[in-house]
Amino acid sequence: MNLSRRQILVLLPAAAVAWKYVLADSPQSAPNYNMSDHWWGMLIDIPKCIGCGNCVRACKAENDVPDGFFRTWVERYHVTDGNMTNPEVISPDGGKEGFPAVTEDAGKYFYVPKLCNHCADSPCTQVCPVGATFVSPDGVVLVDPKYCLGCAYCVQACPYGCRYIHPEKKVADKCTLCYHRITKGLTTACCESCPTGARQLVDLKNPKDPIHAFLKTHSVQVLKPQMATGAKVYYNDLDGSVR
Amino acid sequence: MNGFRDYAHLLRFAALFVIAFLIFWAIRGFVVPPSFGKYGHYRAAALSEIAAHPLHHAGHAACESCHTDIQSTKASGKHASVNCEACHGPQAQHAADPSIDPGKPDTAVLCARCHAVSAARPRSFPQVNIADHSSGVPCQTCHQPHSPEIGATPAGGAK
Amino acid sequence: MAESWELVFMNGVEGFMYPNEIELHWSVLIVLYPFITGLVAGAFILASLERVFRVEAVKPTYRLALLTALSFLIVAPLPLQLHLGHPERSPEMYFTPHSTSAMAMFGYVYLWYLMAVLVFEIWLDYRRDIVLLAQRSRGLLRLVYRVMTLGSDNISPHSLHIDERVGWIVTLVGIPSAFMLHGYVGFIFGSIKANPWWSSPLMPVVFIFSAMVSGIACVMVLYMATTRLRHKQIDMRCVDTIAMYLFYTFIIDFSLEMLDLIHRIYEADESFRSLDFMVHSKLYFSHIVVQIILGTLTPLILLAITQVVKLNEVVRKRMYAIAGTLTLIGIFAMRWNVVIGGQLFSKSFLGYTTYKMTLVTREGLLVAIVLTILPIGILWVLIKLLPPWPGEDLPASSGERKPIEAAAD
Repeated sequence: MNLSRRQILVLLPAAAVAWKYVLADSPQSAPNYNMSDHWWGMLIDIPKCIGCGNCVRACKAENDVPDGFFRTWVERYHVTDGNMTNPEVISPDGGKEGFPAVTEDAGKYFYVPKLCNHCADSPCTQVCPVGATFVSPDGVVLVDPKYCLGCAYCVQACPYGCRYIHPEKKVADKCTLCYHRITKGLTTACCESCPTGARQLVDLKNPKDPIHAFLKTHSVQVLKPQMATGAKVYYNDLDGSVR
Repeated sequence: MNGFRDYAHLLRFAALFVIAFLIFWAIRGFVVPPSFGKYGHYRAAALSEIAAHPLHHAGHAACESCHTDIQSTKASGKHASVNCEACHGPQAQHAADPSIDPGKPDTAVLCARCHAVSAARPRSFPQVNIADHSSGVPCQTCHQPHSPEIGATPAGGAK
Repeated sequence: MAESWELVFMNGVEGFMYPNEIELHWSVLIVLYPFITGLVAGAFILASLERVFRVEAVKPTYRLALLTALSFLIVAPLPLQLHLGHPERSPEMYFTPHSTSAMAMFGYVYLWYLMAVLVFEIWLDYRRDIVLLAQRSRGLLRLVYRVMTLGSDNISPHSLHIDERVGWIVTLVGIPSAFMLHGYVGFIFGSIKANPWWSSPLMPVVFIFSAMVSGIACVMVLYMATTRLRHKQIDMRCVDTIAMYLFYTFIIDFSLEMLDLIHRIYEADESFRSLDFMVHSKLYFSHIVVQIILGTLTPLILLAITQVVKLNEVVRKRMYAIAGTLTLIGIFAMRWNVVIGGQLFSKSFLGYTTYKMTLVTREGLLVAIVLTILPIGILWVLIKLLPPWPGEDLPASSGERKPIEAAAD
């Protein structure tokens, strides 16, 4: 994230204020946080991703993600002339420890970080029988772990494979867009730890959010647009072979 | 009167339903969480419960509020856009209580994660074959991690 | 390291699966649930043949079909409860059902069908017997029967006539209710756009017809088995009629499944290659061998022969028994192929995983077997409590006038 001096001057006091609440271990969001002022999404800039796996590790540490399951993961695609419609894809342990080195150079390789797309018309919230998963007023799809039955219907309904049943808590679990961080003015753990700025949180309701300008000037896509889920994770330069 | 007697058993069966429904309605009043339905078909209290999850990463602004010297070193170097916890890991505990040791990243593993050469990485990204490049010498021997370009003037930083 | 389409066996995964997809979330218990509710719906439809459509020939199985439906319906919620991560929270489906979720209907549809259709109809049909049995029993059994009478001992001809009329209406309402009970299960799968193996408007219809097939076959097999065990004569006119209905219902079911298959092959959308490969590899045994060849084509051929060729009684009974049993296995396989098959392939269409069915866990094979046998045990108890055998009506108590004499007044 390239910060100009002006941005640092704005962010530092804001961070100091937010940090005060962090230190006080306040159960409330920062007092200035009004849900209806925000509509969260994310931008993933494919050409910038180097497959280091920082995001997967940071998410696991931040959110106590159980082994073998992933709130975010990275896939590596290998597309050659011969397999445009059937790329080779790997995601060893979700990309958590990076990827094995590639020496030969046939075809194109690229990395695709994936997470919950926080769909505006989310099929997972549609099928929940009791209302344990929902779209928050600020656009984040969340699971209420105290209300969830663990029926796994939402896991089946997600087209992107981003949900799982927590092996210990026995409730549905998934990326929360680090709701506990973004409501305090911080960014998500994955965006914080990404060394190249390939992942950027975006507030689609904030006209001053710099990612707005990016979205207006670049070709961005969502995953599986034919599903009409209203996905809010936008990918820059997404190859057609990505599933 | 005879006619009613012949229907009476049906009314008893119906009464079962009515009683069951009344009991159900009474229980429902107690059991449904009070914040349910406030913003939608879910328990609104869940929002603040989820927002109260403890932080493990402090966020670079917190680090920079104390480590200003390292920040100025970093800001002029190639790692300017790399946030502190990208290499140092989650440090919310240390930010809350600086006496807690933040630990030192193991450069033998850390640097290679990004910079080990792979044809899969973007061509423009700086990457080397670690074995050929350094023959086992630790990276920080030549590269100052906060401003890694050889020849850049270190102003403090990694001890 | 192999990166191409060569089989990469890690955790039983071939090709690429999204990391969270590798472990199946819906187990054999979720296969069992539609199978059981299917038997309930199908058995009830057979009973309604006599009651509403006045098919006299199947009357010997009327009460048995109702008791069978009840036995299976009692067991139906158990596989779901055992599957849930938090079964103690399942009442939430009654208190805050989400109106956009097909699964939320379960609680209410189940309760409606259990109480307002099945129990009500059984009670109305058996009420005379219950009152008489209450008078003749002693001890705990007498208490049980007295509770079942709901305190009313009126079995006058007029009240029984009212029961008959009301029962007819309940059966009539019960037919669409039975379709709802099982149709919504089909919709639970058919409405999931994320899963191309499931997503289809045909799914509820296929589920309903395969339910009718399995229910009819189940009652037919149970009738033949229980009659044999009681050393009585099987009413051939009855089983011949049931077998005929089974045959024609099966034709419709088979046509619907063929339609789905042909449509898939013809349109060949993005999921087709992946699904086609899956059916020919991972699902080969359960889909091609068990469901289609053993469970559909064989019974259809056997039944067709009995419909077309004049065969003697012994041969017909054998063929019905074999066809009925194979049908039940085939319909179970169909549920397996839908539920498990739908989770074996990746939504990226680039890989497959394996279902590792456990043996002695909460969702394991042992539990599934117990849950399949349990309804038979419950049926045995119900048969003892409320004998369903035709021609063994309880003799009238002194002072009770026969309905025919009363109507003549």
